[in-house]
Amino acid sequence: MTFAQTAPATQTLIRIDDLCKSYSLQDASGKTVTNQVLFDINLTIQRGEFVAIMGHSGSGKSTLMNILGCLDTPTSGSYWLDGQNVATLSSNELAHIRNQSIGFVFQGFNLLKRMTALDNVATPLLYAGISRSQSRKRALELLRRTGLERFAEHQPNQLSGGQQQRVAISRALINQPPLILADEPTGNLDTQTSEEIMRLFIQLNEEQGMTIVLVTHEDDIAAYAKRLIRLKDGHVIVDKNNTDADFVGSAP
Amino acid sequence: MNLLAIISEALRALRQNRLRTGLTMLGMIIGVAAVVLMLSIGQGARTKINETIAAMGSNLFIVVPGATSSGGFSFGSGSVRTLTINDSHAIADLPSVGATSPVVTGTVQLNYAAKNWSTIITGTTPNYFTVGNWKMESGAAFTESDLRSAARVVILGSVTAKNLFGDEDPIGKTIRITNRPFQVVGVLMAKGQSLTGRDQDDTVIIPITTSERQITGSQFPGSIRYMLVQGKSASDMDIAEIEITQLLRQRHRIAKGKENDFTVRNLTAIADVATDAAKVMSIVLGAIASVSLLVGGIGIMNIMLVSVTERTREIGIRMAIGANQRAILTQFLLEAIMICVMGGLIGLLLGISGAWLVSRFADMLIVITLGMVGLAFLFASAVGIFFGFYPAKKAASLKPVDALRYE
Repeated sequence: MTFAQTAPATQTLIRIDDLCKSYSLQDASGKTVTNQVLFDINLTIQRGEFVAIMGHSGSGKSTLMNILGCLDTPTSGSYWLDGQNVATLSSNELAHIRNQSIGFVFQGFNLLKRMTALDNVATPLLYAGISRSQSRKRALELLRRTGLERFAEHQPNQLSGGQQQRVAISRALINQPPLILADEPTGNLDTQTSEEIMRLFIQLNEEQGMTIVLVTHEDDIAAYAKRLIRLKDGHVIVDKNNTDADFVGSAP
Repeated sequence: MNLLAIISEALRALRQNRLRTGLTMLGMIIGVAAVVLMLSIGQGARTKINETIAAMGSNLFIVVPGATSSGGFSFGSGSVRTLTINDSHAIADLPSVGATSPVVTGTVQLNYAAKNWSTIITGTTPNYFTVGNWKMESGAAFTESDLRSAARVVILGSVTAKNLFGDEDPIGKTIRITNRPFQVVGVLMAKGQSLTGRDQDDTVIIPITTSERQITGSQFPGSIRYMLVQGKSASDMDIAEIEITQLLRQRHRIAKGKENDFTVRNLTAIADVATDAAKVMSIVLGAIASVSLLVGGIGIMNIMLVSVTERTREIGIRMAIGANQRAILTQFLLEAIMICVMGGLIGLLLGISGAWLVSRFADMLIVITLGMVGLAFLFASAVGIFFGFYPAKKAASLKPVDALRYE
């Protein structure tokens, strides 16, 4: 099994045009208040890129992440993922995209409790309509390659944080999606384990050409990425190639 | 996601919380068991009544002498002996009537060897056995020639035979009825209780002629206690009743406007009332049991709603890795249906065992039909779908981003 992209690395994977997101809330007097979180975001991400999205809490980076992951829909503007405008898709079509085109890695791992590591990794295949035995076979193969084979029958609460996150990464990879979205993937891990996980991402990006979008507020984690996008109050304020020098003195 | 995978996911979820699943299932178990038990008791009662009615004989009237009064003082029904054997013969000739059987009764003391027994004696004609639907256990009924010669022959009810003879064969033996010797020629097959609860098997039957002259004789020769009349067909029962009434009024010379000195009762109509009562009873029992099934269903809905809230994050994760609304809906709906189907199966077994215990220890007739079992099971599944749908729909329509963010 290989995760190498068949399309050339320069091809556009994500294109966002004039994207806005606002939430309607009812205040205490019952009046509807609109709270805009993202303002006219324009963004293009090529295949094979490793992008870090940074920002303070409340900067809109999580909202942007949710929209990129097709978990939420924009209020206006368009979002092209893999050549498809996903802003206009139905909830079932979005479920299909999440299943086939996106692999999620979360801060809290988000593994299904009381389910073995193997079943956790295999579940996206089940939703893709692949048979149980076939799914388990492929999941086991993937666990073998991430060095977790002997934990296949362990449940998440029997695994360390780093092991859980590696199971989660395996789950994200199982359908061979073009895009990996990682939301604070090292937030719950110690420094050494964080480094291991980040090295795994770099390996996936460099050796297999996977496109990775990483959301983080930690500079040293963002330093692993090759491109840096910084959000502030719902606007993109920095978008540039990443060199270590960029972080010197630019800490928020 | 294929159905088999969803079923195993649902099973896994149910196994994860065994106690809760068990308690929720208990509502269903009790509901289905109650429905099966109640339906089987109701069906048993109906069957029992139908058997009693069939044993009674079909298209039957009973004609009894009417009340008479003297100086404003009523003596009650049957207080005068206005009906005679000749009335019975005349009624037998009516076109709508098949056969009649006049009856005289009395209480007598029976002796056989050292045993004695007191019972009701019936003096009647050989027709009595066909009209009253009596079958012989052994021996044969007395004949027309026995009737003409007022022979001292007797037919025993099964209970009477047992009390006098025990395991001995009574046929051909001689018993004494009020000290007169009678030869036993037949024993009746057991019929059980009548609709009014009287034991019909504790009786002796002799020719009416013998009875009048030697046992129950009264100061009014030819008068009878009552007569059984069998209509020719079930559809002509109303016509038969009118014909019998008209004939008796004419024979008894009752002037227009005066009351009858007899009463004609349609036993089949009484039986119909009993059947209707049993039907109503089984419907009421079934309805009460259905309420417990309903309560069980509401319990399932309640637990499923709690479960959806508790597992909001799980739903979010599943949606993030590609579960669409239908997959989530199916999973939660299947959990509810599985609780119902498993609970239904256990309830079915419990209901059937309960019915068996009742029939065994309460001496009640219990009837379980396949239709009943199917109905209870179908009802259980319907409850699962009905009460499981709303929580499942609620789970499926969660927004992925909200579900994932839920703590």
